[in-house]
Amino acid sequence: MTQEHGAIYSISGPLVVGENIPGARLYDVVYVGSSRLIGEIIEIREQKAWIQVYEETSGLTVGEPIETSGSPLSVELGPGLLTSIFDGIQRPLSELAKRSGIFIARGISTPSLDRTKKWEFKAVLSRGDVVSTGDILGEVQETTIITQKIMVPPGITGTIASIQSGSYTVEDTVAEIKAEDGTVHKISMIQKYPIRRRRPVSAKILPTETLITGQRVFDTFFPLAKGGIAAIPGPFGSGKSVSQQQIAKWCNAQIIIYIGCGERGNEMTDVLKEFPELTDPQTGKPLMDRTVLIANTSNMPIAAREASIYTGITIAEYYRDMGYDVALMADSTSRWAEALREMSGRLEEMPGEEGYPAYLTSRIAEFYERAGLVECLQSNDKKKRMGSISVIGAVSPPGGDLSEPVSQATLSVVKVFWALDASLAYARHYPSVNWLQSYSLYEETANRFYAKLVDPEFPSMRAKAIEILQKEADLLEIIRIVGMDSLSNADKVLLDTAKSLREDYLQQIAFDPIDTYSSIQKQKGMLETILTFHEEALGVVGHLADDADISKMFVLPVKKRIAMMKIRKEDSLETFVQLLSEVKKELTDFKGSDLQMGGREDMYKTINFLEETPEAE
Amino acid sequence: MYTWHKTAKELVGPLLVVEGLEGVMFDDLVQIQTANGQTKMGKVLEARKGAAVVQVFGATDGMDLKGTKVRFFGSPYKFGVAESMLGRIFTGFGEVNDGGEKIVEEMQVDINGAPINPFMREYPDDFVQTGISSIDVMNTIVQGQKIPIFSVAGLPHAELAAQIVKQVKIKRGGEVDPDFAIVFGAIGITFEESQYFINEFTKHGALSRTVMFLNLASDPVIERIVLPRLVLSTAEYLAYNKGRNILVVMTDITNYCNALREVSAARKEIPGRRSYPGYMYTDLASLYERAGRVDGSDGSITQLPILTMPEGDKTHPIPDLTGYITEGQIVMNADLHRRNISPPIDVLPSLSRLMSKAIGEGKTRKDHAGVANQLFAAYARGKELKGLMKILGESSLSPEDLQFVRFVDAFETEFINQGTQTDRDIVESLELGWKLLSLLPEHELKKVKSQDIEEFMRKYQK
Repeated sequence: MTQEHGAIYSISGPLVVGENIPGARLYDVVYVGSSRLIGEIIEIREQKAWIQVYEETSGLTVGEPIETSGSPLSVELGPGLLTSIFDGIQRPLSELAKRSGIFIARGISTPSLDRTKKWEFKAVLSRGDVVSTGDILGEVQETTIITQKIMVPPGITGTIASIQSGSYTVEDTVAEIKAEDGTVHKISMIQKYPIRRRRPVSAKILPTETLITGQRVFDTFFPLAKGGIAAIPGPFGSGKSVSQQQIAKWCNAQIIIYIGCGERGNEMTDVLKEFPELTDPQTGKPLMDRTVLIANTSNMPIAAREASIYTGITIAEYYRDMGYDVALMADSTSRWAEALREMSGRLEEMPGEEGYPAYLTSRIAEFYERAGLVECLQSNDKKKRMGSISVIGAVSPPGGDLSEPVSQATLSVVKVFWALDASLAYARHYPSVNWLQSYSLYEETANRFYAKLVDPEFPSMRAKAIEILQKEADLLEIIRIVGMDSLSNADKVLLDTAKSLREDYLQQIAFDPIDTYSSIQKQKGMLETILTFHEEALGVVGHLADDADISKMFVLPVKKRIAMMKIRKEDSLETFVQLLSEVKKELTDFKGSDLQMGGREDMYKTINFLEETPEAE
Repeated sequence: MYTWHKTAKELVGPLLVVEGLEGVMFDDLVQIQTANGQTKMGKVLEARKGAAVVQVFGATDGMDLKGTKVRFFGSPYKFGVAESMLGRIFTGFGEVNDGGEKIVEEMQVDINGAPINPFMREYPDDFVQTGISSIDVMNTIVQGQKIPIFSVAGLPHAELAAQIVKQVKIKRGGEVDPDFAIVFGAIGITFEESQYFINEFTKHGALSRTVMFLNLASDPVIERIVLPRLVLSTAEYLAYNKGRNILVVMTDITNYCNALREVSAARKEIPGRRSYPGYMYTDLASLYERAGRVDGSDGSITQLPILTMPEGDKTHPIPDLTGYITEGQIVMNADLHRRNISPPIDVLPSLSRLMSKAIGEGKTRKDHAGVANQLFAAYARGKELKGLMKILGESSLSPEDLQFVRFVDAFETEFINQGTQTDRDIVESLELGWKLLSLLPEHELKKVKSQDIEEFMRKYQK
């Protein structure tokens, strides 16, 4: 008699060893115990299989049955993904809540996509068309802003034998494709795809555009390309999650995948409650309509945390294949790495640095390599279709120390590094991106892109601004040693401009309704104004004696206007032109005025600045 | 009934390996009888075919292999909870510890709890009043928040904890919530400290609304791992089954982590940073994440864990991992303590991440955010100037700068230094804030609205 199932041999936390499991294959999903907990085979040795279990294993007993599902850990891809919130193995949390209330019970298996909901399928191709993997058969209006393209699943080629527009559930057959050997593939709107395998593409290409996030420090100074990868490392309290959320909210990707991986429950709730209420600046539609959330909070099972980032990126690849720009945020990859470490420890593998497995670096690189700008896979004769995945991974280095293995492995692959700085956060400078440590290797791409999009001068403005900030650091060093007195007036102008750049440009208030998003045009306007003040002020100083008192220059009324630029509405962009002429006028007047004249007491009153100060964070 | 097994094969620290078993359940509850007739409890840490690694709750000294008998209950450890636990004191293993009657259980709960579905969480946005200005105004605690107190050995964190427990209140529909209760867990504290807490709570009538779990430094280390889970299971029952708002205070988390390390070492696990186990983040998260508010229940769990940072080092794994999980921190400062500022809370590194949604009109008062930001900014600036003054001398500062320096002193001695016996209402604290802000040049008050200055500050200006 052949046995249908194997048995549990040992249990230690999320690691279960099973023996004699018929049909056991590496990375296949198995059902563990009589409560059928979901697990994945991660090692096979002779008759035994090592299984990481995605649910709490408390109460499992040695000898209970284990059965294999016969397929690897997969996600369901199809209409209904957007606006959903899943756990790390793509179970819809709303469905889990219906089944087990406020706490997540074990052994619940539920389909990822709603099986009963009907979608309007509009056929794009017709009977007799020859198709291959990736060709778009039809479309479904998934949300108000996103049309899901129903594609020929990987591995299928042939001639369309039937295709019919109409109202279907995800499992209904919408088309039939007859392969050359005569087999007929029934195509529904749902695809299953293993999460640990990359979805095939036609070709990978170098990024050409910038992902615009509406965050000045990122867009202007350290731009991320569409299809690029960035890391945000930072100690706790430095505003990592807020930065990630800001990008998720405002960036100009069409699809957002947000993975809360081993993070706080309340934080995910914040995202969950806030996103449906926010509108996308590009389309005016709810942000949730372009978003998939994956939440595996720190107290949810650790193995599912390991799976969550693969679940996320596979969904991202699916939308990329349709020709969309996808942005994926993973918060935080350190928690994912810790999940790897914990499983590795339980497997009694030889530990590498700080107990992390030796394969940590390759796993991280492999994950980030799934990002990129690609030419989507489809029949050769079709018009080229491009899609991209930009990945922004948060790293939470213990004690803020970047020399630890996860930060180092991440830094060796990413192209953009947004270094969050606890001391800036401590001084309430948000986003607390350190402008001296951060870098972007997409500068050239961004320069070309911005020169076309905004202003050919923008790249040089940017370079100038960075130079000023760099010089400021040097000057501050000098001041520390010899004091302010040693500075020339030109140096003082530079320090003032640097301060203006830091406070009026780099600092951006996420909670202010206007400042939360700056269009690239506004960014240029702001930067130009600050730099014009700098140039003009230098011009004035050049006409004065070396020991002239110029302190009044830094409190000219126009400085207040500059400080308020960030909370100016986007539709009043023409005021930047006006502001520029004011900068020039006031400085010219200043040059002509009597510098020894008493202080202008009314200066503080010229504009009621306090009234317009944004509500503090 | 349950069979007694006499097949103990290994004893290492708190761990006991039993062989010759069939169908071992992971996390099973175990009863152990030693040769001299003592009974102890334990749980299965690792289940193997034919064998189990049992973690013994309680001391293992004097145990031998031959005389030890073990039996398995076939179910993970369940703890009986009831509303009548309020006003009572328990051991770290959940036994009655005040000489009173046994508790009549209303429900048996799995002490490990289950993760809250993030989809079912409600975002915390209601104010908890501790009566301490530096917390209420500057680092407001929110119902459902988890915010630790980072302290250092030698600082009066026990006094702060006691003060909070005595004074804390929340309002429901304008009224002080009478059902608000506290679950207090003392992990590995000294006898003296435990008596201090009991006396303080009794003296001020706080005991009647408190459930206390005590594990003393002399009690078994392993109980320290169980205790927080009993605390939280009790809190969850009172919050989600009985609809009460609960504040959980646990001190000292450092002792908990050290117990965790001890067990991990006994299991010969691969150590992580500073030899704490690699899964400490996940383990701590399984405690801290049990704070929150959920859909469909009136109750909430707010957590205030207290931990002493070894060597005052914030990057030590215990405060570091805690900081990554919790929603802010309240930091105590030795320098303030030396200068007799009590409670010595350093507002600059302290932070409440959830504060912004729980303050303002209808929650505390409309001027709250402005006052908090202004006090913070002015204090930060004043401190910086004070540092400068030390190096360069007073003459280097402008008259305006000196106003800031004076503000720092006033802020510390009046606002922060309220003493352990003063309970300040939020309005009182905010007014005090305005009074101090009136010491500063008005044009420097950029974070407060000018109407608020008119409404709240004018009266303090001479």
